[in-house]
Amino acid sequence: MIAELGLAALWLAAALAALQLYAGAMAQRPGGEGAAALVRPAAVIQGIVCAFAFLMLLWLFAITDLSVKLVAANSHSAKPMIFKLAGAWGNHEGSMLLWVAVMALSGALIALVERRLPEKTMLATLAAQAFVGLGFYAFLIVSSNPFERLPQPAIEGLGLNPLLQDIGLAFHPPTLYFGYVGLSVAFSFAVGALVTRQVTPEFARVMRPWVLGAWVFLTLGITAGSYWAYYELGWGGWWFWDPVENASLMPWLAATALLHSASVLAARDALRAWTIMLGVIAFSMSMVGTFLVRSGILTSVHAFAVDPERGSFILALLTLYIGGALALFALRAGTVSEGQRFSVTSREGALVFNNVMLSAILGIVLLGTLYPLLTEAFDVRVSVGPPYFNPVGAIFAVPMLLVMAVGPLLRWRRDSIERIRRPLILIGAIMLAALAAVLALGEISVLPLLGLAIAVGLAVASFLPLRGRRLTRVPLAVWGMVLAHFGLAVALFGMASESAFSEERLAAVAIGETAQVGPWEVALSEVLPAAGPNWTAIEGHLLASYAGGDPIELDPQSRSFWAPPQETTESALATRWNGQLYAVVGSEAGAGRWQLRLWWKPFVTFIWYGGMLVALGGALALIGRVIDDLRRRAVLARIAERRGEEAV
Amino acid sequence: MRWWWWIPLMLFAGFLGVAAYQLTQPKDDFVPSAMVGKPLPAFELPAAIEGMSGVSTADFQDGKPRLLNIWASWCLPCIAEAPQLDQLKQEGVEIVGIAIRDRPEDVAAFLARHGNPYTRIGADDLSQVQLAIGSSGVPETFVIDGKGVIRYQHIGDIRAEHVPILLEKLREAGE
Amino acid sequence: MSLTLSSRGMALFLACLLAVPLAAQQSLPPAPYAYRQLEDPAKEAAAQALMETLRCLTCQSQSIADSDAAMAGDMRHQVRTRIAAGEEPEAIRAWLVERYGDYVSYAPVVSETTWPLFAIPLLLLAGAGAILWRRLRRAQ
Repeated sequence: MIAELGLAALWLAAALAALQLYAGAMAQRPGGEGAAALVRPAAVIQGIVCAFAFLMLLWLFAITDLSVKLVAANSHSAKPMIFKLAGAWGNHEGSMLLWVAVMALSGALIALVERRLPEKTMLATLAAQAFVGLGFYAFLIVSSNPFERLPQPAIEGLGLNPLLQDIGLAFHPPTLYFGYVGLSVAFSFAVGALVTRQVTPEFARVMRPWVLGAWVFLTLGITAGSYWAYYELGWGGWWFWDPVENASLMPWLAATALLHSASVLAARDALRAWTIMLGVIAFSMSMVGTFLVRSGILTSVHAFAVDPERGSFILALLTLYIGGALALFALRAGTVSEGQRFSVTSREGALVFNNVMLSAILGIVLLGTLYPLLTEAFDVRVSVGPPYFNPVGAIFAVPMLLVMAVGPLLRWRRDSIERIRRPLILIGAIMLAALAAVLALGEISVLPLLGLAIAVGLAVASFLPLRGRRLTRVPLAVWGMVLAHFGLAVALFGMASESAFSEERLAAVAIGETAQVGPWEVALSEVLPAAGPNWTAIEGHLLASYAGGDPIELDPQSRSFWAPPQETTESALATRWNGQLYAVVGSEAGAGRWQLRLWWKPFVTFIWYGGMLVALGGALALIGRVIDDLRRRAVLARIAERRGEEAV
Repeated sequence: MRWWWWIPLMLFAGFLGVAAYQLTQPKDDFVPSAMVGKPLPAFELPAAIEGMSGVSTADFQDGKPRLLNIWASWCLPCIAEAPQLDQLKQEGVEIVGIAIRDRPEDVAAFLARHGNPYTRIGADDLSQVQLAIGSSGVPETFVIDGKGVIRYQHIGDIRAEHVPILLEKLREAGE
Repeated sequence: MSLTLSSRGMALFLACLLAVPLAAQQSLPPAPYAYRQLEDPAKEAAAQALMETLRCLTCQSQSIADSDAAMAGDMRHQVRTRIAAGEEPEAIRAWLVERYGDYVSYAPVVSETTWPLFAIPLLLLAGAGAILWRRLRRAQ
């Protein structure tokens, strides 16, 4: 019954989306006022109904209703409740439903509160939103029905992939979907603005919170995903340039560019066509990424259940949305004038530079990810990996990071290098000093060396926009920028340090023996069996002491799951402020010895602290912008009120 | 209207074309050997079990085409292909085996249970020969001609429908 | 079919990352240098750098340096012993590419099939330069 309710809700939501699209389109014509009145209510009800459908799915997973195909395939009665619930979105169908539910709720929110844009633009935006939603509903109902019943209820569920039974991973995919949804809203705003040719600073202000929100979620999602890969995969790698990772990075790069160009548009009424373009691209990248991940046409370590039919469906949606939006863009972009002019040495100038660099990096990631697909069409298989992405990306990343250190110091419209000469010299001196210091430490390769020097300089530079200002008076959005830029410097430092200074130790150790890695001395005290609800394991007890200090106990495991049968390694980490010890116990090496894999990774944690700082900065900026908007709205309301009184 | 506004759409159309084409293609994840058409590299493997001889490159130089079967006792698809190997043997095909990462007692048990179609079995404990001939898994079967040149590679277990193909390839190799 | 694939270690599921499915467990211990470093730190570093750029053939989206697959272990053994014997890393890469094609190496080199990978970034660089020049010059 619950499944049928959910499916009915899904159909109803689809019908409402169709109504919303139709009414929104009719409202664009003269005499469409009647239709116009339907759009916002349709969006609100659609949001509620679709959220209800998702709640029904959660319920089915909570009670482990094994007559539902999706539950039987992805859950198990022995799983802890939190993972039962996470199972609802830990699969293709459920995750699509979560996505569309959040998208519908966002549509409802805009329909309820957003009144700043011309009404026609708003209705076109909501129609675009409904158009996107409709495709997803069709996708769910036609080829990915999450509520499908089994002819015969299963006796027991097939379980969830044990690797996915991890709290971090349970919340990693939804984070990314929230990001994609935010970008879909930005996309709808861009399409709405193109339809009515209303590309104004107000448009950028309305779109910006959604982009910021999306960007915060994408940043968190990528950060969490990277940390998960790091501690779960058992080899200490944190980024592999795997197609699925790239699929999450590409929307982030586009969103970052969009965020900055929207700021220029909002503050200075410049970069109109460029901002619209990025609004289209950012969501396109989310869709392309989704297509690559779910169609399975690229070889990746991560995989959803792969199905060509689904791939074709997503590809059809891509054609419709992206193709349509890009065609609309090509037709209309010429009518969107460029907007205000500015000088090279100005805030806008720096932002344009970084926008172009970010776009180029995006182009390279896209190229490297898709290239194997292209050659396979000619029956040639190639691999594109870190040795390509790192140096080629750096060609654009290094100038971008340098300009990023300077840009926030420049004034809008027109400025001179002369005016910021002193902070420039300071930043340059710090970078050179860092370079020299790192060189003195020993021989390291070029990219980590540059990374460390730029990170140190950028960390200092990111705080310079605060100089000479009363800190209590600095707007929240500026604090957000400072924190986000500082966070990027921190993350960069972590990446470069990990790459330059990591030490590895592989050893076959007998009980009571020790192994050295970096400043750590690690003793294997015993190896014992351990058991969990659906696995058994061997657990190594290690005593690790840093530079002769008090030993810390670490218990890495090598687990064997039985539903489905699979082996995983559970690494154990000892975190210090200056890095992490990473320990893995492997198989028995014979003669009472056990395989130990140990790494000492100086400052590796900075990668994820940095990511979190970036997200925090984004969140601060978002809060600051929203508060400003609310204040402005209150002021406008008061003025309107006063005018009303005067008129009386 | 300026032409460059259409560039993004053009690029996207290109992507769509490739993606659509790839969707229609069957996805195989096999990595074919680039050694097909080249002579076997020089190697010499000890026997995998007592009572049979090992395998070396010289065994492939006598003018007679053969199959070189890469397998292992721990590999499930190898059980599935055992009847087909037996059938090939019945057809008079000489099959040389290379057992990957295997123990003599396991090999012997496997052969006792599923039959022994091999004339020789080499033990490749470190996958050295497997790597040298560009094989990326078990089971794989190579057609080697009488001069020791690799002529054909079959990836995966041999099903009934593959037997005629292999016989045909062997015939071609013998010409 | 799925049985075939997974026991070949070729199924592209997450399982592949960490472990070969139980059914396909090997009976021999890993190769000597699969989980053992070379004594000489310089040689070990060279081997490590090379291994990180070679693709595991049974777990296709990982480098052999990040894989527990038995074949990745054998490839690590191969790389380490050859490096120890004084062979150049690029010669070892070439040896593998000769056997498995460009697919085995994560480091594409300019060739008939890969030149666009290098030409397009140059084009991007030129394009970026053109956009910046146009925009910023006109903005003056």
